[in-house]
Amino acid sequence: MTEPRDMIVIKDLYKHFGNVKALNGVNLTVKKGKVIVVIGPSGSGKSTMLRCINHLEVPTSGEVTIDGQLLGKNEKALNATRAEVGMVFQLFNLFPHLTALENVTVAQKVVRGRSKEEAEEIAMKQLKRVGIPEKAGVYPNNLSGGQQQRVAIARSLAMNPKIMLFDEPTSALDPEMIKEVLDVMLDLAKEGMTMVCVTHEMGFARSAADEILFMDEGLIVEHTTPHDLYNNPKEERTKLFLSQILQH
Amino acid sequence: MEQSPPISDEKAALQLKDISWWFLGIILIFVWAIYTFLTKENYQEAFNFIKVGIQITVKTALIAYAFALMLGLLAGLGRISKNIFFNNLARLYVELIRGIPMLVLIFFIALVGVPMLVEGINAFGVWLVSIGIVAGEALSGFGNKAFTMNGRAIFALAITYGAFLAEIFRAGIQSIGRGQMEAGRSLGMSYGQTMQHIILPQAVRNVLPALGNDFVAMVKDTALVSVLAVRDITQVSRLYAGSTFRFREAYVTVSVMYLTITVVLSLLVQVMERRLRKND
Repeated sequence: MTEPRDMIVIKDLYKHFGNVKALNGVNLTVKKGKVIVVIGPSGSGKSTMLRCINHLEVPTSGEVTIDGQLLGKNEKALNATRAEVGMVFQLFNLFPHLTALENVTVAQKVVRGRSKEEAEEIAMKQLKRVGIPEKAGVYPNNLSGGQQQRVAIARSLAMNPKIMLFDEPTSALDPEMIKEVLDVMLDLAKEGMTMVCVTHEMGFARSAADEILFMDEGLIVEHTTPHDLYNNPKEERTKLFLSQILQH
Repeated sequence: MEQSPPISDEKAALQLKDISWWFLGIILIFVWAIYTFLTKENYQEAFNFIKVGIQITVKTALIAYAFALMLGLLAGLGRISKNIFFNNLARLYVELIRGIPMLVLIFFIALVGVPMLVEGINAFGVWLVSIGIVAGEALSGFGNKAFTMNGRAIFALAITYGAFLAEIFRAGIQSIGRGQMEAGRSLGMSYGQTMQHIILPQAVRNVLPALGNDFVAMVKDTALVSVLAVRDITQVSRLYAGSTFRFREAYVTVSVMYLTITVVLSLLVQVMERRLRKND
């Protein structure tokens, strides 16, 4: 068996917002099919790193390579690469003027050039996969938070992405809705999707993550397996952070 | 037992306050106007004379507004664009127009701007002939007469209102959260595609009432084109008053005409606003 290929390669990534140094030289390689969970205190650069992977934030310096494609300044190439990288946001960012179904079809039609029928067929398949086909005709404002986030996941999956990025997908949800979103993410992980998830859901990290990163002050402080991170964290900062979030 | 009368008093006062007295006033004016036009010969004569201008007024407002919408959308997109040239051009346009009285702008565009444009087109034609792209007299027949005064008036109103509408569109686009653009871009859509399919449909919906109000304002401002001798209802009523010395009949009639159009349009805008709010 050959080694799975590199899906994401991040090299010497720096991102500064004026005087704020969000990322200070991040290096990371994610192999195909791996699930990476990123944890760390707020302001540690987790979200910024995620947003640099699809260049929603353009790095100050450094390189990001997606499945062999080096991201550059060329807008067309960038758009093409972004279509291969699904992203799920903390606040869902569904399009409120479109129904759940239309949310899932619009980019398929515009970017992939699929016909209305084809796009709707794929959209229904994805809505079934996330468990809410009956909400196809409903507008986002009439959906619960958990349902909205699942539509957002379906919207990304309908583009047939090679990679899925999750930016604190359950942080804005009421407790009883967190599980329905995590279940969808678990299924995706089992199906072999390459995933990078910024989340503090430790249960998810334990059962789905192949690797876990602890970030602080714009750097990856520790990069190991979930088991090792929880049972014997090496860095003082990691220990302190874990003791804070696992106390209760 | 003794407490019920004060409550009913308060109720009566509330009801008095709740009545739209201003609207009742407008209705009274309309009733009086209809009665007068039906019974008084002088007013009938004035009405029949002035009504021929209605078509010009309505046509001018509709065409100018359609062009102003396109111009405003373009300039509004320019105001939020990251492209330095496009952004500054849009800003310059908006600031220039907003800094000059509309009446002066109408004179300027119709009597200075259009002739300059014609000169420019002619010079361009001469240049095309000189370098041999087109032969003979191409474009030389293109004189100032190609633009009627009504056409120039529409042109002037469209350019003026384009600047106002640009600010409305800009505000509308900026009212849409950043996450919408990010979601669109993360799906692989370009800036333009996200604008077209995601941002603008929401932005336009948010500013529909403001756009409607500006249309009402433009209907009133079409009166300014009478200074170019365009025969709209204002100009025709001036002509009527001048030739008959019946100032009262002329200006009552034209005022009632404007009021009818604007009141109906304002009510439509209010209905639209209420319906949009209900859907939110």
